Amino acid sequence: MSRSPAPLHLAVALDGAGWHPAAWREPDARPGELFTARYWTDLVTEAERGLLDFVTIEDALSLQSSRNTGPDGRTDQVRGRLDAVLIAARVAPLTRHIGLVPTAVVTHTEPFHLSKAVATLDHVSTGRAGVRVKVSVRSDESAHFGRRALPPLPEAGWESPGGQVLIKELFDEAGDYVEVLRRLWDSWEDDAEIRDLRTGRFIDRDKLHYIDFEGDRFRVKGPSITPRPPQGQPVVAALAHRAEPYRLVAASADIGFVTPHDTADARTITDRIRAAQTAAGRADETVHVFGDLVVFLDATPEAAADRKARLDGRAGAEYTSDARIFTGTPAGLADLLQDLQQAGLTGFRLRPGTLPHDLAQITRHLVPELQRRGAFRTTYGARTLRGLLGLPRPANRYATA
Amino acid sequence: MTKPVKQIHLAAHFPGVNNNTVWSDPAAGSQIDFSSFAHLARTAERAKFDFLFLAEGLRLREQNGRIYDLDVVGRPDTFTVLSALAAVTGKLGLAGTINSTFNEPYEVARQFTSLDHLSDGRAAWNVVTSWDEFTGQNFRRGGYLAQEDRYERARQFLTATWELFDSWRGDEIVADKDSGVFLSDPAPGGFDHHVSEFDIRGHFDVPRSPQGRPVIFQAGDSEQGREFAASSADAIFTRHGTLEDGRVFYADVKRRLAAYGRSHDELKILPGVTFVLGDTDAEAQEKADVIRRRQVSGQTAIKLLEQLWNRDLSSYDPDGPLPAVEPLAGENTVARGRASVRMHRDPTATAARWRALAEAKDLSIRELIIEVTGRQSFIGTPARVAASLNEFVQADASDGFILTPHLTPGGLDEFADTVVPLLQERGVFRSEYEGDTLRDHLGLGARVVTPAR
Repeated sequence: MSRSPAPLHLAVALDGAGWHPAAWREPDARPGELFTARYWTDLVTEAERGLLDFVTIEDALSLQSSRNTGPDGRTDQVRGRLDAVLIAARVAPLTRHIGLVPTAVVTHTEPFHLSKAVATLDHVSTGRAGVRVKVSVRSDESAHFGRRALPPLPEAGWESPGGQVLIKELFDEAGDYVEVLRRLWDSWEDDAEIRDLRTGRFIDRDKLHYIDFEGDRFRVKGPSITPRPPQGQPVVAALAHRAEPYRLVAASADIGFVTPHDTADARTITDRIRAAQTAAGRADETVHVFGDLVVFLDATPEAAADRKARLDGRAGAEYTSDARIFTGTPAGLADLLQDLQQAGLTGFRLRPGTLPHDLAQITRHLVPELQRRGAFRTTYGARTLRGLLGLPRPANRYATA
Repeated sequence: MTKPVKQIHLAAHFPGVNNNTVWSDPAAGSQIDFSSFAHLARTAERAKFDFLFLAEGLRLREQNGRIYDLDVVGRPDTFTVLSALAAVTGKLGLAGTINSTFNEPYEVARQFTSLDHLSDGRAAWNVVTSWDEFTGQNFRRGGYLAQEDRYERARQFLTATWELFDSWRGDEIVADKDSGVFLSDPAPGGFDHHVSEFDIRGHFDVPRSPQGRPVIFQAGDSEQGREFAASSADAIFTRHGTLEDGRVFYADVKRRLAAYGRSHDELKILPGVTFVLGDTDAEAQEKADVIRRRQVSGQTAIKLLEQLWNRDLSSYDPDGPLPAVEPLAGENTVARGRASVRMHRDPTATAARWRALAEAKDLSIRELIIEVTGRQSFIGTPARVAASLNEFVQADASDGFILTPHLTPGGLDEFADTVVPLLQERGVFRSEYEGDTLRDHLGLGARVVTPAR
């Protein structure tokens, strides 16, 4: 059986008490601590113990809900959360190696603010910052801001003509937003601070640049107020399920999170993203395509399946997800990951069904299993998230030298 | 009858973008590395300070149409640094300036509520307004506000964020595994706010934080600013440097509290000040003079003069006399993004005053700028500085001070080691934190001020 020698990249997606809606009722869950720094520090520290490339931290600008128009009235599931960028910053000084990739909604926020926040996360973590950009289609989120009225999601869904128009508008805007983030990160050259005693100049203003972004939807002048971050540009990620988001990943991101349901599906998705990457003129750049999987891991496949069934029972419905759901052993998951990797995926973002149980299964069982197979690192070999991911430090687009 | 001895409040201001920081000193470290912020915060906490304060900037300053390059330039995002500092401190309050013009209430409320959770109740918000188109060019929504509208927007912004802070009562999270009840309320955080600046409704998604809301600081000295502070703030930053000015301002602002049903102690008045320490008073004064000359080079003096004159003065000799020409009236087009420019409300009158001062004392441009731009400084031996600080507070010129060291990041070390113990010996400053939250440190109690709608 042929195995790719290329090492896998591994991330975990942290959200509340885990991705299963009944996860907070598990014996080891800490639902009363979801809004404390200690809870998040413990999770990220555990992920770092497993040498994972990075964690993502979910976020939204509204209460969790099964409806996209407002709260669903449920009192039996986790509701409420903290700002993901601030969680990442709070954890950064207490970790040393792991990448920190908070989610940020780009539909209602200012790119100038997010650019300096993520640049600052990179300064605070000495080069371990990323950001996952997220488009919001929820009407309750627009009402929280009152600045723009999004058309309601067409009843016919995303694939209807109305849905396509809305999606294209929001993702085009997200593309502009990422362009502004990157230009602002480049708006200071690396050596702009000169502290020249002879002339009295703290900076060389010729190494600071107005970005003068003018898109269809907004303009931003620049430069940033924050000097260029250690990685030059922090890592940009996006979750993608269909054509428009694939285009955003291909044209704008360093990592795309995708949701293949089998190896053939993974092949189709990666082919589409690679083609879009070429069309966007980025064929020679590294764009990682990570497969997302929700995982329930135990010592035997039966134990994992039973646990999920028990959780489903407590939730009152079978758990479904946009991503493939895996129940089984860490070794079984290792087999699956290596199979999917053959289809062109460069890494995986695992969504633990329950926290901390499934996270510990990943760090203490899956990782050692992959290491035994020579498919995962045995030590952190780089100081930055870009380094871990094999991404070069980007040249500054404005540098003249 | 003797007055009771007041306790002094002390805070540290991370030296930001200005000419107060002597970046040319060999001991000056990074203005951007997190280690600098962590060092100052740990020093402040070691000294049992109330809080660390970060200012904010949203556009790089310009002069004569180009980015201003003589001062420290570049700073991090306020929220992000404060949250990281929560990891390396345990009690110190974490205060940040956040603008109410280029933000939205929902986002700011969730950031401050998150920071308050992640710091176990140590967050503070210095509410400021910006209104210029210059800064607005960095924001996709623009945000230019006429000057007369800025306090109205700030007031409405604060009222809206208050509604969000108060939208969770604090008992909604049940998280009972056995019964399966996570929330006591099916739709917590409800809000509905319709005013001229904000038309928002829905459900806030962050549960109530340890302090309920951040401590509210306000800077600004106008009539509107004083009234705003008296109605809505927990602390006010001032620049009133002399004992007499401070007493007048203090009395005026404290007097205004009663109209809002607030007591004298519910608003702390904290001037921003600098300090220079020496083994003798004379040595400290000598050090202070050297620092001032390093802060105000000949080039800097000309640039600061241009900010008042609103003209290119680059042909003038900084060691020579003041220009004979008058300042250009009207909008200041020479310097943009500088608060100091907006302080020059009547440039012609200020110029006349400066000319008279220069003539009386025979000052060159540079010497005059050193004279007129010096903020209140406490200069002397640790014993003298401790005594002076205490005198200000006991005389009701302030409730304490926000100290800006002239060196990053070690500029507070000596103060912490020498002045603080003397204040503690006098019994006017704490030796240990008595509470956990910033509201505890500031003695604000549990009462929450609700701004007038």
